[in-house]
Amino acid sequence: MSEPVPPTSEDDEADGAAEESTETGTGPTPVTTGASSVIRALENAGVEAAFGVQGGAIMPIYDALYDSDIRHVTMAHEQGAAHAADAFGVVRNEPGVCLATSGPGATNLVTGIADANMDSDGVLALTGQVPSGMVGSDAFQETDTIGVTTPITKHNYFADDSDSVGDTVGEAFALAREGRPGPTLVDLPKDVTLGETDREPGPAKTPKTTTPKTVPDDDAVAAAARAVEDAERPLLLLGGGVIKADAAEEARAFARNHGIPVVTTMPGIGSFPEDDDLCLSWAGMHGTGYANMAVTHTDVLIAVGTRFDDRLTGGIDSFAPEAEVVHIDIDPAEISKNIHADYPVIGDAGTALDALSSEVAADPDTEEWREQCLTWKEEYPMDYATPEDEPLKPQFVVECLDEATSDRAVVTSGVGQHQMWAAQYWTFTEPRTWVSSHGLGTMGYGLPSAIGARLAAEDDQEVVCVDGDGSFLMTIQELSVAVREELDITVAVLNNEYIGMVRQWQDAFFEGRHMAAEYNWCPEFDKLAEAFGARGWRVDDYDEVADAVEEALAYDGPSVVDFHIDPRENVYPMVASGGANGKFALTEDQL
Amino acid sequence: MSSDDSPSTDADEEIPKHGLQGPHPDERPHPTGRRNSQGIRIDPAVEAEHHPRRAVISALVEDEPGVLSRVSGLVSRRQFNIESLTVGPTTVDGHSRLTMVVEEPDPGIDQIEKQLAKLKPVIAVGELDDDMVRTELVLLKVEGDEPDKVHAVTDMYEGKTLDAGPRTITVQLTGDEQKIDDAVDAFRQFGIIEIARTGQTALARGDQATVPGEEPGTSGEPTTPANYDD
Ligand SMILES: Cc1ncc(C[n+]2csc(CCOP(=O)(O)OP(=O)(O)O)c2C)c(N)n1
Ligand SMILES: [Mg+2]
Repeated sequence: MSEPVPPTSEDDEADGAAEESTETGTGPTPVTTGASSVIRALENAGVEAAFGVQGGAIMPIYDALYDSDIRHVTMAHEQGAAHAADAFGVVRNEPGVCLATSGPGATNLVTGIADANMDSDGVLALTGQVPSGMVGSDAFQETDTIGVTTPITKHNYFADDSDSVGDTVGEAFALAREGRPGPTLVDLPKDVTLGETDREPGPAKTPKTTTPKTVPDDDAVAAAARAVEDAERPLLLLGGGVIKADAAEEARAFARNHGIPVVTTMPGIGSFPEDDDLCLSWAGMHGTGYANMAVTHTDVLIAVGTRFDDRLTGGIDSFAPEAEVVHIDIDPAEISKNIHADYPVIGDAGTALDALSSEVAADPDTEEWREQCLTWKEEYPMDYATPEDEPLKPQFVVECLDEATSDRAVVTSGVGQHQMWAAQYWTFTEPRTWVSSHGLGTMGYGLPSAIGARLAAEDDQEVVCVDGDGSFLMTIQELSVAVREELDITVAVLNNEYIGMVRQWQDAFFEGRHMAAEYNWCPEFDKLAEAFGARGWRVDDYDEVADAVEEALAYDGPSVVDFHIDPRENVYPMVASGGANGKFALTEDQL
Repeated sequence: MSSDDSPSTDADEEIPKHGLQGPHPDERPHPTGRRNSQGIRIDPAVEAEHHPRRAVISALVEDEPGVLSRVSGLVSRRQFNIESLTVGPTTVDGHSRLTMVVEEPDPGIDQIEKQLAKLKPVIAVGELDDDMVRTELVLLKVEGDEPDKVHAVTDMYEGKTLDAGPRTITVQLTGDEQKIDDAVDAFRQFGIIEIARTGQTALARGDQATVPGEEPGTSGEPTTPANYDD
């Protein structure tokens, strides 16, 4: 097996030069064309990195990037570019940027844009388009990108003017970040980007029609406060919006000051330290038993920044069935969309939590309730068996990885059982350290998002992708990018040689008929990693786990550990689709 | 935590080989409360069965390319039940008014308004009060065998004959939905060949604003919500 490719001296120089140029500052891109005004708008917005793939219609934009300080990472596939931009944005809490050419480039972005849309992740996508005069003629590589992406973007723009295209891009970036974040897209016909202009884009402005309400109404806060004061079993439910609003501090203060237990949603993981006594981890289909018990029995649910996804609520009829609901959200359309809000509070999560906190005059008496929550923690522990006669358990691998990394390590994942084990058995304590595909459930999200996260994270934050064999195969080509860009990431494949989550459902709901869920052949991921120029390990037994984890994390570059886990292991607890959260199954026969 | 005589909650109960330990679903306490399909707690104080009703929603929008497709796409992908959608210019250059008739329960109407308001080109949205002024235009092409009778019925509904040929007569009628429906019924006797209806368009009555915040303007003056600075 060949040694991993050492960084070449050429690359070192290139890197050094890039760093130097940042320090001395090559300065902002001078505006001579539509394309250079686009790049200038990105620079004005503070964009440091962009992910994309070249191509005919986007070439003017790339040409303008040539002299810019913005770091461009060429991805293997545009889907990877969108996921990388998404993850970059999640970790930095500002929109990530991705680029693609027209036609297939743009359509390849679509999964990543839809993913960002479902998770309210700020992403700015710039797509090349055939020249304006040819639009509508079915020109080479023409796709109606605006038409295709309208349902999956916060807004999209068709640029039609070289003078204003920079402002349009600035607005799209600002809109992606404003209020409830989301993806925006600017479609850039080639004549518009090639066209001459010396008009410098102004400061990025959000559209005048979209200004969100950030400060909640006093009346709404007061009404919610009365409900909290009167609560006997209050519960704080923290969604991904808490993290996006940078309100983890406010949420923590609120829970602690008023003695209110906390559950999170999956996207809300990290908003509250999971090792805190008040925290019951996350609720929903594969959430902890204790979180689901708490959600089922609370009498006042204070939900913040969540859209009550069906994977969280289970059947609507049995969701928090006895709770009055306080719903804090910046998006009025989420209020009473799925779950009726008795006390709607529209505003920024941090501002609203602070306001609510000071408005609560007398803390509810929650001692008994907190005791009850602790009892549930003991009654429904997330302890798993490790029988010697069975293969390696994935939960153990996740716990080892967690132990070997710092609290601020960033974890990304694919979609499937491995994602659930990562979310369940990693103890998250910091916001923006859990980066996953929640709403869309996109297999293949893990590796490209690890690349984006690596560029966004600080050097002392490890980046670990907990992947599934199936998910890894969907975007494995991005390993070439991690090697080329010398990115220190570790991919831990929880390899069950199965489309495991599907197999679990087949066992539970389709009489074990394993149609198209089993790989009867799976590549050797350690060797594949080496072929890409990364380092690879294969692990079959418990006693090899710690060393492989240590070596992989220590290696300063992309590493892949192929953990061959028990193919029959299932994810529990599990709430059947549409079932009652309180009736979560702990074993298959309870489903 | 639990008493020794309760084996299922015994702390040192053996962990199943596959799965987790803890009380069986049947052994857990389950609340008796429920929510209805709209997520509303079934509590006599809050319970409200929402039945579909017809509502007219008006939106002031920036007249940019694709705005209609954004609106219709929104309606279809969220499965809102709409009867008609009309759009046309206002007294402000670059602004259009969009009128939508929907049939939804209250929470659905609320969602349509909120989702519309989120669209970037949408400046303001509101539901019109019942006393709104509304009308619809219909073109009816009928068999021309009995022109006198057709003209009489047209007059009765204050309509206008747009075209009278040897074989067909085309008339125009305007009015609220009920009047149009009645008229269409009355014309059936002549044999309706073709029909085209615009769907309703509406304004708020008197000096009420049609869309919240909209300043009622006279011709040529902007009809823009006060908080929207151009
Ligand atoms: C792009 C995409 N295609 C299909 C699915 C449906 N799906 C959900 S989980 C899953 C299995 C994932 O397999 P793997 O990545 O090996 O994860 P495991 O469940 O085995 O841990 C599939 C096919 C999906 N979520 N995304
Ligand atoms: Mg698998």
